[in-house]
Amino acid sequence: MSIMQDSREATMEGRRTDGTPIRRPLSPHLQVYDMMQLTSALSIASRITGVIWSVGMVILVWWLVATATGPGAYGAVSWFLSSWLGVLGMVGLTAAAWYHTLNGVRHLAWDAGYGYDLPTTYKSGRAVLVATAVMTVLTWLVAIIAWAS
Amino acid sequence: MANEYAKNTVLRSPLGRVRGLGSAKGGTHHWWMQRVTSAALLPLTLWFALSAASLAGAPYEEARAWIAHPVNAVLLLASIALAFHHTAAGMQVIMEDYANQEWVKVGSILAIKAICWLLAIASALAVLRIAV
Repeated sequence: MSIMQDSREATMEGRRTDGTPIRRPLSPHLQVYDMMQLTSALSIASRITGVIWSVGMVILVWWLVATATGPGAYGAVSWFLSSWLGVLGMVGLTAAAWYHTLNGVRHLAWDAGYGYDLPTTYKSGRAVLVATAVMTVLTWLVAIIAWAS
Repeated sequence: MANEYAKNTVLRSPLGRVRGLGSAKGGTHHWWMQRVTSAALLPLTLWFALSAASLAGAPYEEARAWIAHPVNAVLLLASIALAFHHTAAGMQVIMEDYANQEWVKVGSILAIKAICWLLAIASALAVLRIAV
């Protein structure tokens, strides 16, 4: 075998259950699969929303540290969160967080061995999208009512 | 046939292979902890999202009083620990999947862990400063 150019190739040298060696393909193969099928699109979105939420955690840290620091620092977070950029960002973050959470439930079901057949996969995928919309609207309904009062 | 057999002979025992404990001796621990933290974060996310939403536009004293409440403080600390563990685990997998240079992979995973630890400690300290 030639010199390994990509360290990921090391993980592609596998063994079948009977112990015979096999060189597995690097996945996902971008040229072969249509990545905009609902199934693959939702899978990619799950990862992207996870990254968005990871970055969004900084806002939680900021909010907690500012509240511990004092009214001045708290005022700065409140100002940012009530600005149009802050609201826009928080709406996006809420949607991303709910999507990641709800698709996570789907993943947990798969891990437990349920819902693997294609029709169920599509059905649960659409359910996650609808539920994400419902939970995002519900969260912001609570926020708007709290904000107005 | 004999040659074919010799080529495919593995020194690792079938038991060793089936246990899945590779050279790192970690087995499925990383994967399993990702599932455990995700299951724990489900109710916590529901609680936090609705609580945070109801704190929208809250004045300083109200936000402070909410964090200081014993139940909220405990759940916040649990959420912080679980969320940063889950975040670090997820970001690590992403780097393992996409980084194609060993030093980039190791370096970024260490950086992710450092950032997550520092942010988790900072948030936990903030909650404790308010609640204690």
